[in-house]
Amino acid sequence: MKIDLTDTTASKINKALVKGRRAIGTPAVGMVLTLVIVTDEENAYDALKAANDASREHPSRTLVVIKRVSRTPRDRTQSRLDAEVRLGADAGTGETVVLRLYGEIADHAQSVVLPLLLPDAPVVVWWPVNAPLDPANDPLGALAQRRVTDTYAAEQPVRELTSRADTYTPGDTDLSWTRITPWRSMLAAALDQVTCRVEAVEVEGEEFNPSCELLAMWLADRLDVPVKRSLSDGPGLTAVRMATDTGQIVLDRADGSLATLSIQGQPDRAVALKRRETAELIAEELRRLDPDDTYASALRFGVERLNPSVSESPFPEPAPKGPAPKGEDVEVAAEAPAPEAAAEAPVTDPADPAKKAAAK
Amino acid sequence: MSSSNPLRDPADRRLPRIAGPSGLVIFGVTGDLSRKKLMPAVYDLANRGLLPPGFSLVGFARREWQHEDFAAEVHDAVKEHARTPFREEVWQQLIQGMRFVQGTFDDDDAFERLRGTIDELDKAQGTGGNFAFYLSVPPRSFPVVIKQLKKHGLADQTGGSWRRAVIEKPFGHDLKSAEELNKVVHEVFAPDQVFRIDHYLGKETVQNILALRFANTMFEPIWNRSFVDHIQITMAEDIGIGGRAGYYDGIGAARDVIQNHLLQLMALTAMEEPASFDADALAAEKTKVLGAVRLPADLGRDTVRGQYAPGWQGGEKAVGYLQEEGINAQSKTDTYAAIKVEVDNRRWAGVPFYLRTGKRLGRRVTEIAVVFQRAPHSPFDHTATEELGKNAIVIRVQPDEGVTVRFGSKVPGTSMEIRDVSMDFAYGESFTESSPEAYERLILDVLLGDSNLFPRTEEVELSWQILDPIEEYWDQNGKPAQYPSGTWGPVEADEMLERDGRSWRRP
Repeated sequence: MKIDLTDTTASKINKALVKGRRAIGTPAVGMVLTLVIVTDEENAYDALKAANDASREHPSRTLVVIKRVSRTPRDRTQSRLDAEVRLGADAGTGETVVLRLYGEIADHAQSVVLPLLLPDAPVVVWWPVNAPLDPANDPLGALAQRRVTDTYAAEQPVRELTSRADTYTPGDTDLSWTRITPWRSMLAAALDQVTCRVEAVEVEGEEFNPSCELLAMWLADRLDVPVKRSLSDGPGLTAVRMATDTGQIVLDRADGSLATLSIQGQPDRAVALKRRETAELIAEELRRLDPDDTYASALRFGVERLNPSVSESPFPEPAPKGPAPKGEDVEVAAEAPAPEAAAEAPVTDPADPAKKAAAK
Repeated sequence: MSSSNPLRDPADRRLPRIAGPSGLVIFGVTGDLSRKKLMPAVYDLANRGLLPPGFSLVGFARREWQHEDFAAEVHDAVKEHARTPFREEVWQQLIQGMRFVQGTFDDDDAFERLRGTIDELDKAQGTGGNFAFYLSVPPRSFPVVIKQLKKHGLADQTGGSWRRAVIEKPFGHDLKSAEELNKVVHEVFAPDQVFRIDHYLGKETVQNILALRFANTMFEPIWNRSFVDHIQITMAEDIGIGGRAGYYDGIGAARDVIQNHLLQLMALTAMEEPASFDADALAAEKTKVLGAVRLPADLGRDTVRGQYAPGWQGGEKAVGYLQEEGINAQSKTDTYAAIKVEVDNRRWAGVPFYLRTGKRLGRRVTEIAVVFQRAPHSPFDHTATEELGKNAIVIRVQPDEGVTVRFGSKVPGTSMEIRDVSMDFAYGESFTESSPEAYERLILDVLLGDSNLFPRTEEVELSWQILDPIEEYWDQNGKPAQYPSGTWGPVEADEMLERDGRSWRRP
């Protein structure tokens, strides 16, 4: 069922929740966490859909915080809170409150969210887009045990990784990191199969996909060997090649679903490695709410330390076509003046690739 | 090997426990269990990314199948029974390692072919010689298959590889036969490579008994004779014996259920805190508590057995046990059994444990009810607490897994009136809608070599020591009481508790 409330307050929303629960006959609350989604009107639908799907695994109270854009000075001085309370079949297995914030109140979203959090249960904040630069110090982020961002949705993903590393606080996490769990798990399984020493690694994937950098940094951090990041047309990650003292280990996924694992001296094997939906990523993210130290360690390794001197690389340089080697690119990016909150720029800024190309 | 793997890190909690290179050989692959539980479990594991690349599944049965027929059969079984959605790429990964070996259990050629298949898989799929043999076969075939495995060198672990045997209940039908069976199996497989499947122990709720007791502070202080009045463990089925007359007659409910499932549940409920959560420590505590079980002095007074009589079960007409096809009309086999035991230790002295199981009872349910004593003194007058029962914690094992706490609460209104209410935790509500199937967990544990959830030889033998005197008594005295199908068992069982001033919970 749905209850619409216009020009309302948190306490009225709480009353509506209790009333709604009684009306549908399930007064018991088995919800295990509060998920706060901070987004704009444009991305709210998809994010909420993913959260509802994930709520099948983690029954939760989902609060969608939508900050409405004020277009006139009059709009900005008036503040109003509208809410849509959804329970039962309309809200996955938990309950959902969509909050629309107009005017001044948009800057004080935490005052609306705080009274609506489930008692005692953990709080997760997820920014599908436009994540703050320092999530832990964001007024909403400060309420949460876990702060989920997504560098994949950022304008300059690789640079954003660097700033995420600078502001990392235990509890931060990134969906770009979640995306590579199957890869990491398969690579670990591959090293279970052979006893060898890894000497160098190459991670290949599409450009502007921070998952590739994260995977490369994780490998570099764990294996303590030079890791090269190279480009392909995707989709997503396409290959990881590990040179070892007993020959190459290659995990190659050209089509985004079925990969081939080749280990020197062993037959090639097909392994399922499908790109996952956002709902699955969120479900994984909600499974553990303790700080992810492995992520922290990989993130802090630093993008700039990837692609060390290429002279000894066992992987042949591809014929120079199109983009320059990534290392240079990163350096240029790091020197460029930091823009005002890169994350706040609209996602579809056509200027950026051009800027990058110009920098090369 | 994995300890030296630099990509593995205990702090990295996202990476699942993936089994190492390995394969699974299923004997009796055309059976119901294999189709409904094992094959879907293997697929679900693969779908969750928990099987190693190159995992191989070998079917062994009499049927004249090619590898493709076998794959098609698995495909159908998976589509029909798997828990997770069917995904083509996962199927493609699995199908590469599927083989079928045709033969009977006494056919030497077939076992040679099986050995050839395993060698071929080692080369083609990189299974590294690690194979688990799942014996989903009738009890009388156990020794044959085990001996064949030995004869053809299939149980030999060479060069760091492992070979494991997975066996299903029944683990014998009394202490003597259990010891014989153990001897046969252990001659071929080392004790730590033998996995006895009790699928109840793979259930999330059963594992949750340990979490509930030992991860919390609020339950353990009252989990003893000072507060607990008695404990009831029930496993009820609504179905009859179905087509299993040949297996069931002569075995009966007590051997089929109490000996393994109920005594295991009791051990987990009653045991002391293990030093750690590893297999040895757990087994030590379970063995201790099973060893401390004492049977009642008068077995005629404190045990009851019954047979279902014709009646109506849930709106359907049901025939009685003695009228079932293939059952001797004079059969004394029990389809219902209730026993009272005590545990002789400081924690439980004087607290009775009532175990009951039966077929054609009211509904299908398995639960453990810890019933507490009444408050030693009540400031409320008698009329106020007339409707107040004893407090209870009920662990619902299946269906609708969860925990219920029953306690008294004031009825809203002016006068003081206290009535029982229940507070409920349901797994399906607070956690994933579809928790892994027991078989998924257990097969993965076999491949990982993790024996936490498998009863050991000593536990099996101790359980028979508990049950054997009861079976002997029943053999020599009286015959089973009759109870109408669809009820909660014979009147004699109610009387048994009444004599102690208690009553069965209606589950």
